[in-house]
Amino acid sequence: MTLILTLLIALVASALWAILTRSLLMSAIGLAIVSIILTALLFVLDAPLAAVFELSVCAGLITVIFVSTISLTKPVTRDELKQQTKNRIKRYWYLPVIVVALFILLGYNIVAPAPKFFGPYAELDVKNVIWKLRQTDMLGQIILILTGVFGVVVLFKEGFNNDK
Amino acid sequence: MINDSISMFWTFSIFIALLFVCGFYCLLVTRNFIRALIGLEILTKAVTLLVIIAGYTSNRLALAQSMAIMIIVVEAIVVATAAGIVFGVFKKIGSLNIAKLRNLKG
Amino acid sequence: MSLLLVLIPIAAVILLNVGFSALMKKLALGVGLLVCVVQIALVLFNGDINVAATLPFLNFEIDRLSLVMMLSGAIVTATALIVGFSTTPDKRRAFNFANVTLLCLAGMNGVVMVRDIFSLYVFLEVTAVSSFILIASEKEKDAFEGSFKYLVMSAVATVMMLSSIAILLMYSGDTSFAAVRDAVQGSNSLYVITATAVFVAGLFIKAGLIPFHGWLPDAYSSAPSGVSVLLAGIVTKTTGVYTTIRIVSEIFGFNETLKGVLLVVGIVSIFVGAFAALGQKDMKRMLAYSSISQVGYIILALGTGTELGIAGAIFHLFNHSIFKSQLFVNAAAVEKQTGTRDMDSLSGVSNVMPVTGWTSVVAFLSTAGIPPLSGFWSKLIIVVALWKAGLHGYAAAAILGSLITLAYFLTMQRKVFFGKEKMAGVKEAGLGLILPAILLAIVTLGIGIFFPFFVNTIIVPVSSLF
Repeated sequence: MTLILTLLIALVASALWAILTRSLLMSAIGLAIVSIILTALLFVLDAPLAAVFELSVCAGLITVIFVSTISLTKPVTRDELKQQTKNRIKRYWYLPVIVVALFILLGYNIVAPAPKFFGPYAELDVKNVIWKLRQTDMLGQIILILTGVFGVVVLFKEGFNNDK
Repeated sequence: MINDSISMFWTFSIFIALLFVCGFYCLLVTRNFIRALIGLEILTKAVTLLVIIAGYTSNRLALAQSMAIMIIVVEAIVVATAAGIVFGVFKKIGSLNIAKLRNLKG
Repeated sequence: MSLLLVLIPIAAVILLNVGFSALMKKLALGVGLLVCVVQIALVLFNGDINVAATLPFLNFEIDRLSLVMMLSGAIVTATALIVGFSTTPDKRRAFNFANVTLLCLAGMNGVVMVRDIFSLYVFLEVTAVSSFILIASEKEKDAFEGSFKYLVMSAVATVMMLSSIAILLMYSGDTSFAAVRDAVQGSNSLYVITATAVFVAGLFIKAGLIPFHGWLPDAYSSAPSGVSVLLAGIVTKTTGVYTTIRIVSEIFGFNETLKGVLLVVGIVSIFVGAFAALGQKDMKRMLAYSSISQVGYIILALGTGTELGIAGAIFHLFNHSIFKSQLFVNAAAVEKQTGTRDMDSLSGVSNVMPVTGWTSVVAFLSTAGIPPLSGFWSKLIIVVALWKAGLHGYAAAAILGSLITLAYFLTMQRKVFFGKEKMAGVKEAGLGLILPAILLAIVTLGIGIFFPFFVNTIIVPVSSLF
């Protein structure tokens, strides 16, 4: 339990760091750290396949996409950066207010959820669940991957030489 | 075992709520396209954790894991498309500031 | 056979891309239209659907509501393909447009055929991602803004729906419609009510209702012409409105709170959409606000909870996709021939573009609910359903909304089409933009005039589902 608590606190802390840090590259690395801690949490929660997917896709692929986008686009100029930091300090006051309000809200409604403890889901483990019971989702995913391929072709490939 | 998993659900739900707040805050406050995407990604991770913990408390870990895998793959494709849009915006106006793209009003 | 309608567009896309590429680029429009015609034929000649047929390995089911949605989807996709090909001179862009539109059609067919909340999410994402790509495909600055706003709000709606699915999983043990319905309708826990509210809020964001409509005018007006037709005609209707009808009718059930929420959101959408449309200068933006207003009618009818109300909602959904697509086709024609969408600088277009002008008159009379067009019948059913349910105030407000609709459309018609000609050298639009307008106007007129024949074959069976 203490392990889970430590991991959860580290998760929220690194998410906060990813949001509040100044440089975009550090933000992307912060997101990768959030993914790694989430992987550890999923592993402790007895969900190894989801943990592996999370690690390879989110901490791998998405971080690569973010870092390449950040590298290919010019960072903000120095004056814009100063201006943005000043504005953000003014806007930071949202965060503690929201968190305190949230805790008050939670404090009023300590109603325990009543989930039922079901029998095993058709006696199968994850791999068989995906292949035998959720084939519709697999079809949807295949269509989505095809759409993503077209998206990359349409958005990345064509020349921007028409007008600017 | 049920009591233990309910108390565990409680602990998790507080932190998941915190993650949601962080994600929404990032989305509301930022002025940069890429940071908005990072906010969306944090929201997605919060939802993934919520799905797995829901599966854990109701003994549906196989179903919850398959759902989490689908969510992860779908969000990867959405992020790839969004990166394409961000790239296109940058090529068009040379900056990633959202305030420069407030043309459509009314 | 209709169950394969998700796979047929995929097969067409694969066929278009894995072959003789030069030949296929010329045939892209033809293959796309062939898929739509096949879908219309499969829907219309489907025979009697009493037994929910299923494929052995996929979990799709069809009922009459799905058939109505697939029919309107095929008609609007065919229109969007023709309009897109007529307004995009570049062959490669048109080819990509055809491919992604077919994938969007496959996603929408999947949305109307699944019986499982999580598969619904996956197919909604397919439709959404293909919409983002389509809106941003012409790479204009406004289009990027519209696409990004749509992306962010759609992702927020997705996160809300997914978290609701996760909480409902704790109470139902499975994600199919039947299991979730048993869990929700038999339980009174605060968590279930919160999950329901969050889910419905996510659906409202996707449908573009007030107060979640921020992305809609930007996305509709800044998209390229063919994509606007597709978005306004079918994508928002399928992903937002159809899912609301299906989920509220089958899963959450019509309890008093939910009905009240639907009624209030519907009536507010009608009026805010109508008043906002009165003050617009851009033609497509006005049409976008008009869409918000008409979707408000559909949700208002759904809020009655009676069979007549749901039948009116579905009929108005179908009519709206027809006449709104036609209005967007006319806007595309005007934009292509005159080069602008600003209503103040256009005038007397109807003198040189008579077909566009007169079909636009048919469409907007149908929107305002003037007999004998199709919009009149569907609005009549909605008002009668509201009156019979005892909601007299809402019925009167709906009629008032129709009058405001008439007002802003008359303004548009007068400004753009009638009056003296201001711009020189404008000719009638090409065949690709006239033909869909004429066909859709004929469908609107036909449904309106032959309505007494339709009411027994289409309306009554649909409503008897619920």
